[in-house]
Amino acid sequence: MICRVEIKEKDGVFDAAGHSVLRDIADLGIVSASDVRVVQVFILEGDLTIHQAGHIARELLVDAVAQDHRITDKPSLDTLAGSASRDVRVVEVAYNPGVMDPVEASTLKGIRDLGITGVRSVRTARQFIIHGRLSDSELALVKDKALMNKLIQHAVKDPADAFRPVVLGHAVQEAPHVLAVPLKGLSDKKLAALSAKGQLYLNINEMKAIQAYFDAKGRTPTDIELETIAQTWSEHCHHKTFRGDIRYSFRQKGKVKTEFIHNLLKETIVKATTTLNKSWCVSVFHDNAGIVKFDNEYNMCFKVETHNHPSALEPFGGANTGVGGVIRDILGTGLGARPVCNTDVFCFAPPDFPADKLPSGALHPKRVMKGVVSGVRDYGNKMGIPTVNGALCFHEHFVGNPLVFCGTIGLIPRGQDKKAAQKGDLVVVAGGRTGRDGIHGATFSSGELTHESEVVSSGAVQIGNPIEEKKVLDVLMQARDQGLYTALTDCGAGGLSSAVGEMGEVLGARIDLDKVPLKYQGLHYTEIWISESQERMVMAVSPSKIERLKALFASENVDLAVIGTFTGTTHLELFYHGVRVCDLDMAFMHGGIPKIAKEAVWEEPRHKEPKFACAADLAPKLQAVLADYNVCSKETIIRRYDHEVQGGSVVKPLVGPGCDGPSDASVVRPRLSGRRGIAVSNGINPRFGLVDPYWMAGSAIDEAIRQIVAVGGDISTIAILDNFCWGNPDKPDRLGGLVRAAKGCHDFAVAYGTPYISGKDSFYNEYTDKGRSIAVPGTLLISAMAIVRDVAKSVTMDFKRPGSLIYVVGKTYDEWGGSVYLKTFGAIGTAVPHVRPADARAAYAALSGAIRRSLVLAAHDCSEGGLAVALAEMAFAGGFGANAILKSVPFQAREAHARRDDMILFAESNSRLLVEVDPRHQKAFERAMAGVPLGLIGRVQETPELFVYGLRDNLCLKADVHALKEAWKKPLQF
Amino acid sequence: MSRKVRVLVLRTAGTNCNVETAFAFEHSGASVDQVHLERLFAGDVKMADYHILALPGGFSYGDDIASGRIFANELRLRLGQDIARFIRDRKLVIGICNGFQILVKAGILPGPFTPGTGVSQTVTLTNNDSGKFEDRWTHLKVEGKSVWTQGLKDLIYIPVAHGEGKFIPASDRVMKALQAQGQVVFRYVRADGTRGGYPENPNGAVDDVAGITDVTGRVLGLMPHPERHFLLTQHPFWTRLKAEGGRDRGVLGDGAKIFENGVNYVKENLL
Repeated sequence: MICRVEIKEKDGVFDAAGHSVLRDIADLGIVSASDVRVVQVFILEGDLTIHQAGHIARELLVDAVAQDHRITDKPSLDTLAGSASRDVRVVEVAYNPGVMDPVEASTLKGIRDLGITGVRSVRTARQFIIHGRLSDSELALVKDKALMNKLIQHAVKDPADAFRPVVLGHAVQEAPHVLAVPLKGLSDKKLAALSAKGQLYLNINEMKAIQAYFDAKGRTPTDIELETIAQTWSEHCHHKTFRGDIRYSFRQKGKVKTEFIHNLLKETIVKATTTLNKSWCVSVFHDNAGIVKFDNEYNMCFKVETHNHPSALEPFGGANTGVGGVIRDILGTGLGARPVCNTDVFCFAPPDFPADKLPSGALHPKRVMKGVVSGVRDYGNKMGIPTVNGALCFHEHFVGNPLVFCGTIGLIPRGQDKKAAQKGDLVVVAGGRTGRDGIHGATFSSGELTHESEVVSSGAVQIGNPIEEKKVLDVLMQARDQGLYTALTDCGAGGLSSAVGEMGEVLGARIDLDKVPLKYQGLHYTEIWISESQERMVMAVSPSKIERLKALFASENVDLAVIGTFTGTTHLELFYHGVRVCDLDMAFMHGGIPKIAKEAVWEEPRHKEPKFACAADLAPKLQAVLADYNVCSKETIIRRYDHEVQGGSVVKPLVGPGCDGPSDASVVRPRLSGRRGIAVSNGINPRFGLVDPYWMAGSAIDEAIRQIVAVGGDISTIAILDNFCWGNPDKPDRLGGLVRAAKGCHDFAVAYGTPYISGKDSFYNEYTDKGRSIAVPGTLLISAMAIVRDVAKSVTMDFKRPGSLIYVVGKTYDEWGGSVYLKTFGAIGTAVPHVRPADARAAYAALSGAIRRSLVLAAHDCSEGGLAVALAEMAFAGGFGANAILKSVPFQAREAHARRDDMILFAESNSRLLVEVDPRHQKAFERAMAGVPLGLIGRVQETPELFVYGLRDNLCLKADVHALKEAWKKPLQF
Repeated sequence: MSRKVRVLVLRTAGTNCNVETAFAFEHSGASVDQVHLERLFAGDVKMADYHILALPGGFSYGDDIASGRIFANELRLRLGQDIARFIRDRKLVIGICNGFQILVKAGILPGPFTPGTGVSQTVTLTNNDSGKFEDRWTHLKVEGKSVWTQGLKDLIYIPVAHGEGKFIPASDRVMKALQAQGQVVFRYVRADGTRGGYPENPNGAVDDVAGITDVTGRVLGLMPHPERHFLLTQHPFWTRLKAEGGRDRGVLGDGAKIFENGVNYVKENLL
C-alpha cells in the first residue's frame, strides 16, 4: 500500500521554513501573503500496514516535541494547516521523477533500522499553505519564482498523482538494438545537421574527421561511438580554443598587426610555468589539480572549476554539484588528496536588477544568488570542508550567465602524486549510482544559452548528494593508505566516458556497461556511459587487491562495482549484455581531433574619460562606494558557510573584535599539530577587463599576491591558478580579448615569479534573447595559495591600537579607470591600473620581511574603492578611528589636473597596502622598507571618526566610522 | 584495562568534526580511536573498552528528515543497552553540535535514558529562527553542575555552526526541572554576561539554552564547538588579543578546559 505522512510545526513553534518563503514572496513585490506554513510530506510505498506507517512516523519522521502529524492512505486536498479557500492557497511541490532526492535514501535506511523491511520506495513533497488573498496570477508567479524550479520540480496537481507509480524512462533492454549512424557519403550540410540533432556540438571539420575515421575502418559508427567522441572532443573536456590555431589581429600605433598563435595555452600559461621552473612544483597541468610542496611529509594541491551553465538554469543544483565536482577533482588528484578548504567566487547581475528588464527565460539575479549560495553552503558544509575565501562581482551582463567558480585545496602525502593503471587492472566504479541525470553536461556547456535552454538541456541539471561523497572521501583515504589501487580519477563532465577514456588512454579498456550500478532500470547504454551522475570515482585495481577493497568499501556502506579491465589493446571496447557497442582507437579519441582555427581581433574599446569636479566633502562618496555591491560586506553569505570546520582556521574571512572585518587572504592550518599554514586568496576584476583585459590579468595576479602578503604568506611559495570565463570564442572580438588577457597572464606571472599549477576555461557564456546576444564581461579569476611558515605570525587587517602609525606602501597613480568610484558616476573611464612588477616585488619582499619580524600590527590591501575603502575598513573592523594626510601619500600623476583628492583616495592602483605599525617600531619598520615608496599618512585614533586632509590641507573627508560600517553592511542582507 | 584514558570518537556517514575532536582529546592526554558506527554494530569494537564516548559534529546521514534523527535511532535501538551501561558505569559522554542533536533525539539527554522504550524525547533541537545555517561566535555563561565544566571561566567564547540548534523543551515543567536540577550548563549571553536576543542567541533557543547535561552531570551536550576554540589561533581576533598584550595567554583557547576536565575526571575516578 501507499501511505502519506504529513508533518508540520506545532502551533506556537516558529515555522522557520515558512517564514523564509514568506520573505521570498515579499521580495517578488507581492504583499498580499500574510503567512506561509510548510507541511513536509513523506509518501511511503511498499508492503506496509497503516499501523507500521504510524510507527515509522512516531519513531523516525516526526519530532513530537515540536511537530504535529497525520497519516493517511487516501489523498485529499485539505491540509494539516488549513483547507484551500480564497484566502488560503495550497501548493504542493515534488521533485520530478529521476531527480536526486537525498532524503529518500536516508529515510529508507531509517525505516530499515526500525526493523521494517517492506517499504520499497519513499518520495517526499512539500506543501506550502499561503495565507492571504492572492490573485491567480500572483499565485502563478509565486509558484514559479519562489516555490519551485520547474526543471527539477513540479506542482502536484492532484495529491493522488503521487500515489501512482512512476516509470522512469524506457523498458529494460536486455538485448540492445545497437543503433548504427551512417556517415558515409553525407554532405557537410547533413553532417552539421546530425551534430546539431544529436546535441553533439561538433563542428564540420570534426564531423568530417570522424567520417574519415570510419570510412578507413570500412564500417558505420554506432550511436555510442559518436557520443564518446563528442564528449572527448568537447570544448569542456578538450579546451579546443586554447589549444587551437588563432589568427590574432590588433591595432598598435595606428597600424593593424597580425600574429599567429598555435596553442594559446602552451604559449602563455604553460610557458610561464616552464620559464619559472620552480623546484617546489611537484605536478602541474596534467592531473586533476596542480600539486606543490607543503612540508616534509605532505604536498598541497589546488583546483578551481566553474559551473556556470548549470547554475544559470538551476542555481542551487548547479552550484551544489559544482562544489561536489571540484572536491572530487581533489579526491582524484594523484592517488587521492584530503580537502582542507574551499574558495568560492561568484559573478552575478546586481540583486536589484529591474525584473521587467530580465531576458526571457533568465532567472532573477537575486534568486540566482540565493540559490547559488545555498548550493555551496549545502555541499561544502556537509562535506566538512571550510569555505574560507571568496569574492563577489556584480555587473549587468552576468544576467543570463552567472559565473560560479568553486575551488578546493587538498593535502596529499608526498610520494602519492603519481598514478598509472597497469595492464590487467580492473576498472572499478565506486560511490553514487548512475542515473539519467546530467546527460550532455560536457557538450551543453560548449554552447550558448537561450530561453530554450531550460527545456532542451534540463537533463544537464542535477542535485548533489554530499553525504555520499563524504562517505567516499572517508573510505577512499583508507584505501589509499593501504595501497589498494594503482590509479584513480573522478567522474566529472562526460561521466564514465571521460574518466575511463583518460585512465585508459595508454592501455585501452574493456567495459561491460551492464555492470554499472544504476539508480533505476531503463537507461540506454549510451546514457550509462555519458551520464554525469554525481559522487562517483573510478579506480584501477589489481585483481589481487579487489577483495580487500570490496570489504573496506562495504564496511562503510559505499557501493563499488567492477565494470571492466584495462586491457593493453589500446582500444576502447564497450559491451552491453555481451554485445559489442563500441570499439574505438584510444589514439583517435585523444589525438584525432582536427585543430581548429579561429580569428581573434583586439580593438581598444572607446570609453570616455568622465569630467566632473572633486567634491569638497568626499564623505558621501565614500559611503556610496562602501555600499556598492562590489565592495559591501559579504557577511551574510560568509556566515552561511561553515568556515571553521576541521579546526584549522587562523585568519578567518571575518576578523576584528566585531568578527565582521573583511579579511584579505585566509590562513588555515591543515595539520593541527603543526605551525605551518596555507594562505589562500583570489584576484578578480571584470570591470578592468572592459577597458583592457591585459591589465585586468596583471591586476588580478597582483591582487591575489598582495592579499597573501597582507596576511604574512611566504611570497617565494605562491602558486597561482587561472580561470577564464568568456563569451563565444567563435566571435573574433571575444577571442581577441581572451588572447590579450592570456598574454597578460604570461607576462605578469613570469614577472612576479608565480607559476600556474592548474587552470580552466569556460566559454560560450552568452545569452541570446530576441536575437540579441549578451556576453559576460571577459572575466579572469586568479586564485593563489602560499605557505605560511609560522601561523602564529599571521597578520589581520583590523586596526589594533589607538596611537599606531598608518603607512601606505606602494605608489598611487592617476589610474581610476574601472574603479568603483567612477562607477558611482555611471562611468568606466580609460586609465585602468597598470602593474609595475619590479616595484611591487621589492615592496612585497620588504613588507614580508617586516611582518616576519613582527613589526606590523595590521595590513590591508587597497583594491576596489582604493585607499579610502581600505582605510575605512581597517578602522571599522578594529572599532577605531583614524586621521590621514593625502599629501603624504606617494603619488604620481601624468597630468596636473589629475592631482586631486578623490584620485588619491579612490584610484585603484595596484601593489598598495595600508599598514599599521606600533610607534615603537617606527625606525625598524622604516629601515625594513628602505627603497620602497612609503608614506606615513596618519595615526589610528581612539574616537571612531575618520579625518582625511587633502592636498591643500583641506579637510576633504570627515565621517563617523559606525555610519560607514552601517552603509557597508546594509546592502547584501538576505 | 590500561592506565590510559581511552576516548571513543564515533563517526558515521556525514560526521565531519571527528578529527579536530580527536585532536582536542589527544592534546589533553587521552588515547583516542575514531571508529565507524558499523564497527560497533559488527562487534569489532566494544564501547565498554572506553572511558569517554564523544559524538562529534557534522551532518550524520545528511540530517535528512531531521538533524541527528537517524543516528539517534541507531544508538537507541542497536546500542541502547551499551549506552545505558556506559552511563551507569560512571563514564562520560559528550555530544557536540550534531552529537548534541543525536543525544537529545535518542532521549539520552536530558535523560534519564531507558533503553527499549521507544522515542522518549522531552526536549528538541530544531530549525534556527533565522531560517538559515550560521557560523558565528557566541559568549556562553557557564552554570549548573557538570564534571565537564569544572573550573571554566564564568563566561567562555566559542563558535556555533548550525542550522538546527534551537532548543525547545516539551513543556514548562520540563524546563523548570532542568533548571532545578542544574542541568542547564551553558546559556548564550552578550559579551557582558547579560541575556540578549539575536544574534547573541544565534538560533532562538528557549531561555537561551546552549548546552545541558543529564542529572549526573556526566553526559554533556552542547551546540557550540569547544574543539573549535581549543587553540588560541582559532579565536576570531587572536591577533587583536596579541596586540593588546598584557598577560600571556598561552596557546590554548576557552574550549580546551572542557576536554581537559573529561580526561582528568577519568584519571581521578576511573583509572
